[in-house]
Amino acid sequence: MFFLRAIHRHPEFRQGMRATAPVAPGLAAWGLMTGVAMVKSGMSVVEAVAMTLFVYAGSSQLAAIPLIVAGAPFWVIWTTGFCVNLRFVVFSLHLRDYLMHLPRWRRLVNGFLTADLSYALFTGRYPEPAQDAEGRLAQEAYLAGNYFLTWAAWNGASLAGVALANWIPSAWGLGFAGVLCLVGVLCSLANTRLRVLAAVIAGTAAVAAYALPLKLNIVVAIAVAVLACFWLEGRRSAPPREKLA
Amino acid sequence: MNGATDAWTLFVIAGLAGVTVLARCFFFILDRPWTLPAWAHRALYYAPVAALAGVVLPEVVMADGALVTTWHDARLFGAAVGAVLYFWRRSVMATLLAGMAVYLPLHLGLGW
Repeated sequence: MFFLRAIHRHPEFRQGMRATAPVAPGLAAWGLMTGVAMVKSGMSVVEAVAMTLFVYAGSSQLAAIPLIVAGAPFWVIWTTGFCVNLRFVVFSLHLRDYLMHLPRWRRLVNGFLTADLSYALFTGRYPEPAQDAEGRLAQEAYLAGNYFLTWAAWNGASLAGVALANWIPSAWGLGFAGVLCLVGVLCSLANTRLRVLAAVIAGTAAVAAYALPLKLNIVVAIAVAVLACFWLEGRRSAPPREKLA
Repeated sequence: MNGATDAWTLFVIAGLAGVTVLARCFFFILDRPWTLPAWAHRALYYAPVAALAGVVLPEVVMADGALVTTWHDARLFGAAVGAVLYFWRRSVMATLLAGMAVYLPLHLGLGW
């Protein structure tokens, strides 16, 4: 909610932007290549701009492009998008405790704008939801700072990519910057032994199950890794009581 | 097709926008208070790192739906150096810069 004065004037808003700044160039490079990819695949400029601003989810956009071009049924495209986005469902379960005090429209705006990196930075900075009004405002301001810079970097670069599509060769491979960004965030989340193991199992499972339709390999990877870690937790004498994220 | 905007594609895009809102807000759309089962709380501890690994690893080690069978792939070296740099410098920016510094010469120079 960066357009609310109480939020963008809050000192935590600036802190949130500062935390996002190191990853913004990677996001911008990824956004740029997504913009280029949409137009190069045959979408019109109006369609590409609408997708950038309203869908606002890089991986589901990239997954949807070939299906749209192939004329797949709308429900297949939407289902694919939802499966690719399932990790956000997991994030929303976690963010619920931080946002439920807000009116619904503010929850939905905050939720829509909170993508992978903002979620990771926010829950890293605030492992526990605030208990008083002042703390809640500070947390919302920090989150808004995170996603405001993400939003600006992604959309600015993506719209530039749409405009410049004919001059940027895909062969440059700038999209890899986005992958590297996610590699960094992945490493930052893998901060306990069982979490490292969860990442290894999930990565292996996602590769092994890659042939599944609708990007279901990612869902399988999450399920296998979580169940394996539950099982290993149960085998240890004292289950970890560490804080979330 | 290039340049032509059609209503069907805009309809699909509108639906995808709805999908983004639904996924990102899934558990806080309803006002009704409800608590999580214990297993879901435990799953939260592992699921995010698992989801990211599930998205990222295929982007690094697969091409055209199959595991890469050659070492002549710039992504392997870029991602490995990027990960090592993260654990050394604890900075995503270090990962990004070092990874691209390894990736671009291999990719553009050697065509890997």
